[in-house]
Amino acid sequence: MPSRTVIYGSSGRLRRLILVMVLLFLEGSVLTLGAASSNHYSPTPAHSDSHNAQNQSSQHREKAFPVLDFNYNGVKTPFEIALWVLLASLMKLGFHLIPHLSNIVPESCLLITVGLLVGGIIKFAGEEVPPVMDSRLFFLCLLPPIILDAGYFLPIRPFMENLGTILIFAVVGTLWNAFFVGGLLYAVCQIRPENPSFLHQIGLLQCLLFGSIISAVDPVAVLAVFEEIHINELLHILVFGESLLNDAVTVVLYHLFEEFAGIGTVTWLNGFLGVISFLVVALGGVLIGAIYGILAAFTSRFSSHTRVIEPLFVFVYSYMAYLSAEMFHLSGIMALIACGAVMRPYMEANISHKSHTTIKYFLKMWSSVSETLIFIFLGVATVAGPHSWNWTFVTVTVILCLLARVIGVVGLTYIINKVRIVKLTTKDQFIIAYGGLRGAIAFSLGFLLDKKHFPERELFLTAIITVIFFTVFVQGMTIKPLVELLAVKKKQEAKRSINEEIHTQFLDHLLTGIEDICGHYGHHHWKDKLNRFNKKYVKKWLIAGERSKEPQLIAFYHKMEMKQAIQLVESGGGLKLPATPSTVSMQNIQPRKPAPAKPAERALPQLPKNREEEIRKILRTNLQRTRQRLRSYNRHTLVVDPYEDGLSDLLIKKQKMLEIEKKIKEMNKYLTVPAPPPDSPTMCRARLASDPQAYNVKPVSDKVPVIQVDLASPQSPDSVNLLDEFGQANQQQQEEEQGLMMKPPLRPGEPNKPGEADGAKDQQKLMRCLSDPGPSADEDEDEAFLP
Amino acid sequence: MGALQSLPGQAEYCDLTAKTGFSFEQIGVLRKRFKQLSHNEETLRRDHFNEIHDLTFNPIRAQIIEAFFDRRNFHQDGQGKVREIGFEEFVVVMSHFRPPSLHMTEEQREKIRKEKLRFLFNMHDTDNNGTITLEEYRHVVEELLSRSGTLEKETAKSIADAAMLEVASISVGHMEPDEFYEGITFEHFLKLLNGFDIESRMTIRF
Repeated sequence: MPSRTVIYGSSGRLRRLILVMVLLFLEGSVLTLGAASSNHYSPTPAHSDSHNAQNQSSQHREKAFPVLDFNYNGVKTPFEIALWVLLASLMKLGFHLIPHLSNIVPESCLLITVGLLVGGIIKFAGEEVPPVMDSRLFFLCLLPPIILDAGYFLPIRPFMENLGTILIFAVVGTLWNAFFVGGLLYAVCQIRPENPSFLHQIGLLQCLLFGSIISAVDPVAVLAVFEEIHINELLHILVFGESLLNDAVTVVLYHLFEEFAGIGTVTWLNGFLGVISFLVVALGGVLIGAIYGILAAFTSRFSSHTRVIEPLFVFVYSYMAYLSAEMFHLSGIMALIACGAVMRPYMEANISHKSHTTIKYFLKMWSSVSETLIFIFLGVATVAGPHSWNWTFVTVTVILCLLARVIGVVGLTYIINKVRIVKLTTKDQFIIAYGGLRGAIAFSLGFLLDKKHFPERELFLTAIITVIFFTVFVQGMTIKPLVELLAVKKKQEAKRSINEEIHTQFLDHLLTGIEDICGHYGHHHWKDKLNRFNKKYVKKWLIAGERSKEPQLIAFYHKMEMKQAIQLVESGGGLKLPATPSTVSMQNIQPRKPAPAKPAERALPQLPKNREEEIRKILRTNLQRTRQRLRSYNRHTLVVDPYEDGLSDLLIKKQKMLEIEKKIKEMNKYLTVPAPPPDSPTMCRARLASDPQAYNVKPVSDKVPVIQVDLASPQSPDSVNLLDEFGQANQQQQEEEQGLMMKPPLRPGEPNKPGEADGAKDQQKLMRCLSDPGPSADEDEDEAFLP
Repeated sequence: MGALQSLPGQAEYCDLTAKTGFSFEQIGVLRKRFKQLSHNEETLRRDHFNEIHDLTFNPIRAQIIEAFFDRRNFHQDGQGKVREIGFEEFVVVMSHFRPPSLHMTEEQREKIRKEKLRFLFNMHDTDNNGTITLEEYRHVVEELLSRSGTLEKETAKSIADAAMLEVASISVGHMEPDEFYEGITFEHFLKLLNGFDIESRMTIRF
């Protein structure tokens, strides 16, 4: 067995590797061709003129009708864009096919290398490398998806709890970095007066501008690297939050120094205005984002009849927030973050389940492609860009950046720890300092510099690229082993259980109460006030219908049930065999009650003892589900995909299922429970919580949930009625059997097919109940779920 | 230092500092608040707590107030409730919410965790029998949802049941169908909230 798989594996890998290489070279060559042909074709207006002339002359001349014509110019730009995107996506695929590589080298490094290769190929072919890293393209198209993704899935609780720390790092830290690097660079440039070099011409303001460009921690790079090291939530949010919030500082400093670098001096007045400008930029950005967020939430309140365009609102409103902020020279990044964070809780209450999935997938997809493209372009631009290398300048820059970061972090932590409740340890400080990566934003800002005002632009660009390479390659590659070495706390694979949620809420109220007793208004008090305000006024306006009054605990519970139900259905009933099969079920925790005498209501005839046992065993194996709720700010893990379990597991499960099917078929007791009518999502969600009171009248039929089990189909008894268990908790033990809902026996000739069809339809009903009354095309989609 | 000497009962403060870990300043602040709440009397009673205006919106108000009068939280191995508490008991109860200091051994950290979780456990275990039964847990969830307006009692029950089931599954892996899970003992409670990082979360600034 093992030898066969090894051989198969290695030949398969080899094949895949070859395929990847071939694709890479194809892409490179086509891009070269693209670059080449764009140079050979005359510019468009002249072309069209000649075309017109040709047209007129063709009336006089005889010309054969062209059967096949080649017009590259018409589709040039979109074609090249599509090629680049394709290259990026294929690269992403390729990396994960190569084993072990993604463990050692972070993806960002690999992508930059690919960019270098492609740039090199293009240059080698003798063509001019296209200026891909256009700042406009970067800021308007490539950056927003990444930031929106980060903002929409920002974990609000840790972010708010550490907001003070994050702000201090972002504002004070960046300022310190900028002035330290800029000032010392200027000093270094000025030394050795006896040997006047190019460096002497660099003024103080230029150096300060350079310092402000290079000092900002880059969110794209941080995301790319931190995602793979799974560090604990606190550190992640600190570094990441800092990288997001320092945009305001960067914007202000950049504009300030750029404006005045030409003039040569900055007066005190302008400095003061700069400080005010910072406040305006930051708060204005957040305000614009919040306004758009509320608008989006309000719009989504009315979208119950047109579910299909719901995701569009998220994207369009956020993008408009970004553009509006950029229009006023405010911080676009902060606007985007604010918009996403504000609209999310209300959106999620209003939109359908499918829209939610769509939004999540689109955001992840776009941000993924964007990030890949950014790194590739960085590589290409490195090959392309005009360079001006100066050993002193570049090495001093790198050293100063590192030094500034370390001193800044240590100094600020010392101050912050005096005020924080949970202090930051030395290990934490080291990771924060080490995680200060620079990235493409710095490069684009440098690219924007005007050559006239900044003759040393190329020098700056070279230095920026060197720092970026250094941080991404050296720091990016070594941070993972360092995290292991220092035994930094890793991210808890949080199974957000219902117990934790209950206790989180309990703690919130408890701490608020204790603060009130103590008499001082700590942040729990304000948080509580905000929550009450939110519940009383805001939710009424922004959330449609009944959901506006749903308390958070219940919403969480519903969400979890739904997730489980969907997981159950998606995996086709082939559930993961739990490592330690727990045989605890609802009956074990119910207080003992005397057996009630209600035989008339039982439609099920008495099952013989061993059958009961079997059914109980089946139910028990289902009730031990580990609930996995993934924190979605990790781009690589979206949904637990049951199909990734591997074929062998599936086969074992299928066998087991068939056995059980056979046993139960012999039982001859069937209940048909009609699925609940497709209703509004609200009522369906409420029903999912299995409110038996509403159904007490007919205990047998119309039993709440929801998952129809079709006997003959693969998702059979094992996937039984998990939800119903909870609803029946209060009812007697005997009625537990009714949880196993089965369909009438099928003709033995065709056990599977009609069953599957029925199961599909029921699933559909379930799906429809859970989400929107979708078009009938849903049928096809749902059938894909059946393995 | 001079200001401290004028504080009454400084000897008793030293005692309290040693017992609870608060600093002198913090005890001074708490003393002031105690006097304010009790209208300058020596002891606090339940109706003093009821006067605190901000507490009215809190859904678990009753449990919080009870926790102050619960002998189990006084670190004196007592049981049952008292009618009024003095300053010392007040500070001892408050000390459950102190943040862990920066340099702490694993042992000390573990001790603090246990202490805080014990406080929470006592809040849930109202009948004092050492386990949190299903009824008590249901009561907890109902109280949490009590201020939300839509009191879906059945949903509260389902949530509590689901939670209880989870505890049982985690703590006692295998149970026969006719076995009965009595309730959450303190060990199970510890195991349940293992990843909860409670020593950092259950703190307020003093």
